[in-house]
Amino acid sequence: MKHKYDIIVVGGGPAGSMAAKYAAENGADVCLLEKTRDIGYPVRCGEAVGHAGITQFVEMKDTWIAEKINSCTLVSPDGTKLDVPFANETGYILNRRIFDYDLSRIASKAGAQIFTKAHVTGLIYRNNRISGVKVNHIGEEKNIEAKLIIGADGVDSRVGRWAGLKTTVKLRDMEACMQYSVSNIDVKRNNMTMFVGQNYAPGGYLWIFPKGEDFANIGLGISGTYSKQKSAKKYLDEFMDREYPNASIHTSMCGGCPVAYPIKKPVADNIMIIGDAAHHINPVTGGGITPAMKSGMLGGLVAAEAIKKNNVSESFLNKYVKDIDRDFTKRHKTLYKIKEAISKLSDDDINGIASKIDSIPVEKRTLQKVFMSSMIKKPSLVIDVLRVFAGI
Amino acid sequence: MIKIIENKCDYCGTCASVCPKNCINVKEDDIIIDHKSCIDCDLCVYICPIEVLESVNEA
Repeated sequence: MKHKYDIIVVGGGPAGSMAAKYAAENGADVCLLEKTRDIGYPVRCGEAVGHAGITQFVEMKDTWIAEKINSCTLVSPDGTKLDVPFANETGYILNRRIFDYDLSRIASKAGAQIFTKAHVTGLIYRNNRISGVKVNHIGEEKNIEAKLIIGADGVDSRVGRWAGLKTTVKLRDMEACMQYSVSNIDVKRNNMTMFVGQNYAPGGYLWIFPKGEDFANIGLGISGTYSKQKSAKKYLDEFMDREYPNASIHTSMCGGCPVAYPIKKPVADNIMIIGDAAHHINPVTGGGITPAMKSGMLGGLVAAEAIKKNNVSESFLNKYVKDIDRDFTKRHKTLYKIKEAISKLSDDDINGIASKIDSIPVEKRTLQKVFMSSMIKKPSLVIDVLRVFAGI
Repeated sequence: MIKIIENKCDYCGTCASVCPKNCINVKEDDIIIDHKSCIDCDLCVYICPIEVLESVNEA
């Protein structure tokens, strides 16, 4: 580890690796610091992505794919199961451990230096400007200087907060999530199942994402509004006891997923925030891999340019904000409103919608047709929702 | 004050993300609460997916 770099990226998830790759590729001297001992682990994710999303940045590799997905099943609160084949969409359940690892290798190949067990504990300042980070690297305290710090430090981002950026998530916009990776279960292959309703996951949904024969990620997210009364783990344990009492649990994990607007101000002088830390997550699905990679890419490109032009001021870094605004901010704001509208539907409303869809023959159920012909209240809204799920 | 139930935490950082005072620091396998900055809002207790945190009256 050197004492000085152009750019320090804090966090080795998809956002951090993409930022490091694009910044290094475009001439910057980049170092990426990951606090855990292992890039890509522990996985805190359902691991679902859309083909169209990922391939904007990288070609899919077979080793990343645990399961190809070409249909989904939606289960309503009264248990009605709606099978919906995908038309043109393809999804995957990833092996994030391998995927994240490979992304960091791509960053390294582009020239970024990567360090694990490197826990950033604060920022350092010179003449009132951020001039680097304090890091505990395998037990040794060090100060590393950099012109620009990129915070890719996830949902509990501290980098942004230290710099005075508002990354705190409101309780109502936070999903408390719990997931088990389980075997010894009957699972419908190449299909993702999602359960909605107060009984399964109030203010969120419960998912079954298969990963090969008799193996799946089974998890859920519930809104912070509800998690006060009963924890995510309790909801999931009740479901498992009811539906899969004989399952073996190979991994249990928990985590938080912000389903919020992207943060208003993800930049300040010498600093930029990307990925989950900047709430770059699809607020309806909770899918954050593709937006993280996008903000990592756009952030990394602007960061490299800032270094080249020797201008890491907030006003220059605002170019990154404009780039993400053009790309997904507006869409995410719309999706947030959709999330809010869905959260107002009662179980009876959802059951009503489900029974209407159930009367459409499966072969005629495209994601869009399904809801077009079945809407009670706001047809356009629910079509959007389903599009969102298909694209993840 | 907020109490952490020993050995139960998964270090996911969900509590820290809702903390309005930035007083929770989650490391690889350690969680530290700065009790001086804590305002006992209990948001961390509400959001924890696995009920690791408890709000207790100070003795």
